[in-house]
Amino acid sequence: MAVLQCNALQLRYTGMMPEAPPLLSARGVTKYYEGIPGCRNVSFEVWPGEVLGIVGESGSGKTTVLNCISARLEPTSGTVEYATRHDGPADIYRMSEPARRLLMRTDWGFVHQNPREGLRMGVSAGANIGERLMAVGARHYGNIRQAATDWLDKVEMDTGRMDDLPFTFSGGMQQRLQIARNLVTAPRIVFMDEPTGGLDVSVQARLLDLLRGLVSDLGLAAVIVTHDLAVARLLSHRLLVMRRGEVVESGLTDQVLDDPQHPYSQLLVSSVIHP
Amino acid sequence: MTAAIEIGGLAKSFTLHNQGGVRLPVLAGFDLVVEPGECVALHGPSGIGKSTVLRCIYANYRADRGRILVRHRDGTVDMAATHPRRILAVRRETVGHVSQFLRAVPRVAAEDVVAETLRGRGADPEAATKAARRMLRRLNIPAALHRLAPATFSGGEQQRVNLARVFVADYPVLLLDEPTASLDRENRDVVFELIREAAGRGAAIVGIFHDAEVRDAVATRTVPLTAAREAA
Repeated sequence: MAVLQCNALQLRYTGMMPEAPPLLSARGVTKYYEGIPGCRNVSFEVWPGEVLGIVGESGSGKTTVLNCISARLEPTSGTVEYATRHDGPADIYRMSEPARRLLMRTDWGFVHQNPREGLRMGVSAGANIGERLMAVGARHYGNIRQAATDWLDKVEMDTGRMDDLPFTFSGGMQQRLQIARNLVTAPRIVFMDEPTGGLDVSVQARLLDLLRGLVSDLGLAAVIVTHDLAVARLLSHRLLVMRRGEVVESGLTDQVLDDPQHPYSQLLVSSVIHP
Repeated sequence: MTAAIEIGGLAKSFTLHNQGGVRLPVLAGFDLVVEPGECVALHGPSGIGKSTVLRCIYANYRADRGRILVRHRDGTVDMAATHPRRILAVRRETVGHVSQFLRAVPRVAAEDVVAETLRGRGADPEAATKAARRMLRRLNIPAALHRLAPATFSGGEQQRVNLARVFVADYPVLLLDEPTASLDRENRDVVFELIREAAGRGAAIVGIFHDAEVRDAVATRTVPLTAAREAA
C-alpha cells in the first residue's frame, strides 16, 4: 500500500504542475455502428487530476465516447493517446494486447452504471477488491486482506461484511464496492458511466460526496458520463455537451451551466427542474 | 501592471436561442481598474449588468470581447482568454467570489465547506478546519451547527457560510455580490469589518452593495454602470 500511496501523491503533484502533459488525448474520434454514427469527430484532452464530465440526453453518444477512450470499443477513425508511465504517449489501439490489458488492470478503472457489470457476483466483497490487486502481482494474503479492509472503510462500508457476497448488498453498497475494486490499484484515471444513475437520491448524495473526496484526495483524473447536470456540476471541472454524436459545447463546468452558448446547451440547462 | 484588476473594452451579450434568438446586450465596452486596497462599488439599477461584471471577472461568464487582466502570482492572467486550468488556479489562489447563493454538496458539513477553500490551497486539513471554525464563529454560526450540512440552515445562515468560505482565505481579489443582503445588523457589521480588514491587507475588492448605508460604510469608490447600447 505504501507504494500505491506514493504514486497517488506524485500524481497530485504533477496535477498541479501547469506544464504537465495531458493524460489522455482523443483526436477526431468517430464511431459508426454499421453505418449509423455513434459519435463523430470528438476531440478533447484530460489532464492529471482533472474531472471531465460528458453530458447530453440518452442516445447522444456519451457512452460511445467513453467506451472508445477506455479501449473498450475501437473507433472507426481517430486516435486515442494515453500518457503511459514509462514510455510516454501511446495510441491505445496500436499498443500490444498485453500492454493494453495491463493498463486496464492497473492505471485505469471503469465504473459501470450497473454494479453487477463491474463486480464478480460469485465471490465475496473482499475477493472483489483483492482480485484486482492479485492481477497486478500481489500475493501476500494478509496484505491483500488488509488493503481490502482499508478500501471497504474508505468507501464507508462495514468491514464486517468483507466475506459476504455482493448480491446481499443494496444497490448503493454494490456501487461503493465497485468503486473500491477500481481504486485499489491506485489508477491514474477512472472512467465512469452514470455512476449514480440507478440509486435513490439519498444514496446518490452520499456517493457523490464520497467520489468527490476520493478524486481530490488521490489526485485522480476521471471522465464521468451523466445525464444529470447537478451531478456534473458537483463532480466535474470541465464539461463536454454532446448531441447527436457530436460535441456541441465545452468549457469550465460553471461556464457551460451558467452561461451556455449553444442552443442545445441552453435548452438542457433551462429544462432542469429544481425541487 | 500595478493594478490588481484591469478590465478594458469588455462586451457581453446574451443570445437566447430558445426564445426566438433574442439578443440582450448587457455590457458594451466596459472599463475598470482596481488597485490593491480599493473597494469599488458597482452601482446602477437592477439588470444593468453589475453581477455580469463580477461573473466575467470570475470567468463563469464568457466575455464576447475585451480583456480582463488579473494579477496572479508574479504575472497577469487574462480571464477572458486563458485556458480552463489556469482559470481554476486563479480561483484557487487569487480570486474569491461571494455569490448570492450558497452552492454546496449535499451532506457536507458547514465547517468542511469552509475548510475546503484552504485545503484546495494546500493547507493542512486540521489547520484548515480550525480556521474554518474560527471564521464561522466570527460570523455568528454557533458551534453546534458546524458539523451540520448548510442545506438545513436559514437563508441568512447559508449566506454567512458562503461568506466564511471566501473570507477564510486571504484572497488578493474579492468579488462580492450583495454580501450583506440577507443579514441582520449585527452580522452586517461583522462583514463590514471583514471587508475593511481585507482592504487593509491590500486586497482589491469589487462589490455590489444595494444598500446605500452598506456602500458608504465599505466602498472607497463608486462606479456607475449605464445601459449598454449596441456598438455600431
